[in-house]
Amino acid sequence: MNITNLTVHELMDKLANKELTSEEITKAYVERINEKEKDVNAFVTTLCDEALEKAKEIDAKREKGEATSKLAGIPVGIKDNICTKGIKTTCSSRMLEDFISPYNATVTEKLLSEDLIDLGKLNMDEFAMGASTEYSYFKKTHNPWNLNTVPGGSSGGSAAAVAAEMVPWALGSDTGGSIRQPAAFCGVVGLKPTYGLVSRYGLVAFASSLDQIGPITKDVEDAAILLNILAGHDEKDSTSMEMPKKDYTQALKGEVKGLKIGIPKEYFGEGINEEVKERLQEAIETYKKLGAEVEEFSLDIAKYALATYYIIACAEASSNLGRFDGIRYGHRAEHYSDLKELYRNSRSEGFGPEVKRRIILGTYVLSSGYYDAYYKKAQQVRTLVKNEFDKAFAKYDVLLTPTSPTVAFEIGTRSNNPLEMYLADICTVSVNIAGLPGISIPCGVDSKGMPVGMQLIGNKFEEEKILNAAYAFEQEYKFRSKYQPSFEK
Amino acid sequence: MSLEAKQERKDTMANVSKEELLHIAKLADLNINDNEIDKYLANLQDILNFANTINSADTEGLKETIGENDKYNVFRKDEVQVFEDNALLLQNAKEQERNMFKIPKVIQ
Repeated sequence: MNITNLTVHELMDKLANKELTSEEITKAYVERINEKEKDVNAFVTTLCDEALEKAKEIDAKREKGEATSKLAGIPVGIKDNICTKGIKTTCSSRMLEDFISPYNATVTEKLLSEDLIDLGKLNMDEFAMGASTEYSYFKKTHNPWNLNTVPGGSSGGSAAAVAAEMVPWALGSDTGGSIRQPAAFCGVVGLKPTYGLVSRYGLVAFASSLDQIGPITKDVEDAAILLNILAGHDEKDSTSMEMPKKDYTQALKGEVKGLKIGIPKEYFGEGINEEVKERLQEAIETYKKLGAEVEEFSLDIAKYALATYYIIACAEASSNLGRFDGIRYGHRAEHYSDLKELYRNSRSEGFGPEVKRRIILGTYVLSSGYYDAYYKKAQQVRTLVKNEFDKAFAKYDVLLTPTSPTVAFEIGTRSNNPLEMYLADICTVSVNIAGLPGISIPCGVDSKGMPVGMQLIGNKFEEEKILNAAYAFEQEYKFRSKYQPSFEK
Repeated sequence: MSLEAKQERKDTMANVSKEELLHIAKLADLNINDNEIDKYLANLQDILNFANTINSADTEGLKETIGENDKYNVFRKDEVQVFEDNALLLQNAKEQERNMFKIPKVIQ
């Protein structure tokens, strides 16, 4: 049995009927990490020994009938901007290189209370700013489908680790596409929940009005299972909504007859790679065949969304990252003459170039004289974007777009051109600006065998609709049984 | 490119001076070395030019959206909650003394 190839729902069945123990599963993953991590570089911190210890404990617990969760003993990977008590949380930054979190994020608590086993912390672009994971201070993660290409970002470590079967599933965070775009590049499933569905407590803040934590998984059912655990109000995050608890797996009917799918034509225009368009067209045909009602329409905000996103996200980042001053935690410069210089030198040494660039941009758009022209205007455009989505969802259940304009690009080809890197987010950012849920699922490969991602966008708190639509396609297309990563260069 | 188009393009071109960049960096508590100035200036110009796309959006009469779920406020009692793991908090401090964070002298 190839344990690491199994989905989490398959592992759950095998644990339940005693075909497998947690120790066997965890051991299989540890062996896989030992085999593949040298090529993929997905982890900042691995917790293999701790995980194996924990697996034994949980097996004993299960034996005694004390394991309450069906997920008890299944490993998980966590993006390195989500706090894990007693374990380093670095945000892939020199600033937090030695930072040991004194508390758990709410989502971490939730995973641990299900007796999931933390296999390690996953690499990312520094402070989640990037689309390729090349901006990590520590290492570049490689895409398992072609080791010369990037895994996407910023949750590139999470997506690559799931694709390489080094973890059965992982947590990512998504501010402008950071779950969905790497999921697309790595041929896995990534779900960005509605803003407010999942607590952000313990997620190191990048842009607080846009950030959301979500699952990166092998298939749609696993995404629904993980969302079941993550979703829910938290008094420690006042932006998390009080909602009745749902079982998202119940939504997976695989039936899309009569489902109204809107295709915003602006997301299929200039700048979108031809092969990406072709795979998406084929996916649209599949939905038609399955009985969905598909219609093209104009969502005339696409061109403003990316500019709006970079203004708002950088403005919020410049404020959020003000806390890193080298005093209570984080990097402290060795040389300084007074307190002000301690702040300035610590920040200048601790942050990488992309983070500095965004702090400067954010400070600029918030500064007197430019506030109205950039920040205020962007907040108004944000209203426009929301209004346009409201109109779209009055007509359609689900919107369908590419997740990214291209497949994974080669390492080093964009990292020196910030604006070109930003364009990788063009299909995903509007979802964050409007606070909507979006899922990326693989819908084929290009002529070089690289995965193409399809994004399904839903109305607020309508995760069930996009999960079901994604599930229907997945069951029909069977991507995982057709294609596997090559690990070639 | 027509004359009007050229004029319009000029209007939307951001023009950040070196002094402005250094002022912004100072506000953000960041040093920019002399050899980095040109690169940061070019990057900032590029991104701001792109950001100017939003000027063509018709936002007449539209309110600003600050956050996603900003329709109501959340209140809680202002009660002290003791965080028990002081040692865990202080282990991240680069310098500490008598259970406190140590910083350089502020008042000379």
